[in-house]
Amino acid sequence: MSTATPPVSAPTVAGKASVKKHPGQVGNKRLIWVFLAPTVIGLGLFTFLPIIGSIVLAFFRWDIISSPEFVGVDNFVELAANPTVRISFLNTIGFVIAAVIVQMALALVLAILVQSRMPDWLRTFFRSSLFFPLILSAASVSLIMAYLFNQEFGLVNQFLNLFGIGNVGWLTTGLGAKTVVLFVYVWQNFGFTFLLFLGGISAIPKEVYEASSIDGASGLKQFQKITLPLLSPTILVASVMAIISALQIFDQPYVLTRGGPGDSTRTAVMVIYESAFQQLEFGLASAIGIVLTLLIMLVTGIQFQLSKRFVFYG
Amino acid sequence: MAVIDAVEPQSRMRGVGTATKYFVLAVGVFLTLGPVVWTLFTALTPTDPITNERAVGFGAFQDVFVQIPVWLYVWNSALVTLIVAAGQMLSAAMAGYVFARFEFKGKNVLFGMILATMMVPMQVTIVPVFMLIRGMGLADTLLALIIPALPTAFGTFLMRQYFMGLPPELAEAAQIDGAGPWRVFFKIYLPLATPGLAIVGILAFNYHWNEFFRPLIMTISEENFTLPLGLVTLQGNLGTGSVATVLAGVVISMIPALAVFVFGQKPLREGLTAGAGK
Repeated sequence: MSTATPPVSAPTVAGKASVKKHPGQVGNKRLIWVFLAPTVIGLGLFTFLPIIGSIVLAFFRWDIISSPEFVGVDNFVELAANPTVRISFLNTIGFVIAAVIVQMALALVLAILVQSRMPDWLRTFFRSSLFFPLILSAASVSLIMAYLFNQEFGLVNQFLNLFGIGNVGWLTTGLGAKTVVLFVYVWQNFGFTFLLFLGGISAIPKEVYEASSIDGASGLKQFQKITLPLLSPTILVASVMAIISALQIFDQPYVLTRGGPGDSTRTAVMVIYESAFQQLEFGLASAIGIVLTLLIMLVTGIQFQLSKRFVFYG
Repeated sequence: MAVIDAVEPQSRMRGVGTATKYFVLAVGVFLTLGPVVWTLFTALTPTDPITNERAVGFGAFQDVFVQIPVWLYVWNSALVTLIVAAGQMLSAAMAGYVFARFEFKGKNVLFGMILATMMVPMQVTIVPVFMLIRGMGLADTLLALIIPALPTAFGTFLMRQYFMGLPPELAEAAQIDGAGPWRVFFKIYLPLATPGLAIVGILAFNYHWNEFFRPLIMTISEENFTLPLGLVTLQGNLGTGSVATVLAGVVISMIPALAVFVFGQKPLREGLTAGAGK
């Protein structure tokens, strides 16, 4: 560089850089490290280190009191053999499938309706009301719903009584409890998917609809040929986010049923909590956590592959 | 006649379409707001223990204060929530600014690693975090809830995006005027990033005010409980006897979230959906 540039301009450029930049860069360097320190040290200590800790711990048996004992893959064998762990994973997967389908369908229908022609104040009202549950605490919501679904005096059964249906054991039967957990979770979380869809739909240019209306396309046809394909990237992202969040369900079944009746509403995170903090099997809890993380990474990987294909379409 | 027939079905169809649309939306609103309205109504009409009749009054609210130390729980929750929100705003702004504005060795690797931490759910790392907290002598303290929550990968990502959208010329102009790098950040860029900070702060507030899992694990003594944990304990202690009392507690816990919803809805919505866009 210095040999190629003319001898007159080279010193001035170099001089300018060394005089003006040097003190600034020393200051910058300090700023860079000071500014990064809280995030890097914090995440390193409370996320990265624990991830490694979890992986190591998964190969040990440790009850916190006695010293940890290396057990190889025993925890993973135990995890596969233990009926409670197995049923809780099956519950979680079944729950995720049901919750995500219901959540996506509801959010899609309601988002399309809210984005259809209507006065702005009404649109604002519907939008705000429909995502309102999202700001409440899952624990509080579960407390409310536990009363609404109470077998003897709950409002839901009182309503059903009007149609001659006797008191349903919502929280005392396996199927009932599963239904309530699903309902409570979707009730609170569909607003998130709904918001994503609202954004996705408003990004579709109005002209596309107008042009197709002129060509005589019906509402259903527009939904099939315009809304759905143009919204598909949003649908993909929303479904992956919904799956990842549903895989981690804990608060609702913990408050509503404590996993019961039997194991019918026990979830993967609940088993992590119980094995670690009630049965003091920290190694087993870590192993379950690793399996759950692998599931989440699998879902994220599938999303990545699918979205690569979407780039070609879009 | 024929002309009218041709027009009529279409307009009638549209009428039916609009009616169906508003009916479906109304059912949706009824289902989302109904339980909340019912909660408010029940909390405000407690059953009189003597006459066994419902009457409007604040008796249930008074009862919550008798049953559990509500003020203490509110104080604990507020302390954790506000410190975490402020800490996340500051740490995310600083780290996001560095990633948006400066070049240094290993920057992309470091940023990638920070983003990767978002993939691992908190429930998975909770056991080692609990050990760490215990080792630090912070078990069963509010600091156990505060310190691990101060850094935020998502907030850092969000603030980096925000700072990248601000013109770099501002820094050059200020530097010519003799402002050092610290002044440039605190006096110029940080004030301009207020909307981004609001998103990080509101998301943190909403999450930590409502959070249940970490307090359940990290706190043991009732004096360190946060409000959601206190309410679930209250329900456990009272059984299904005093519905109004528990729901009065729920209403109290809803107030700050409601305030955020009313006054910070736009940043809240933007923040919630920010993770979906690249």
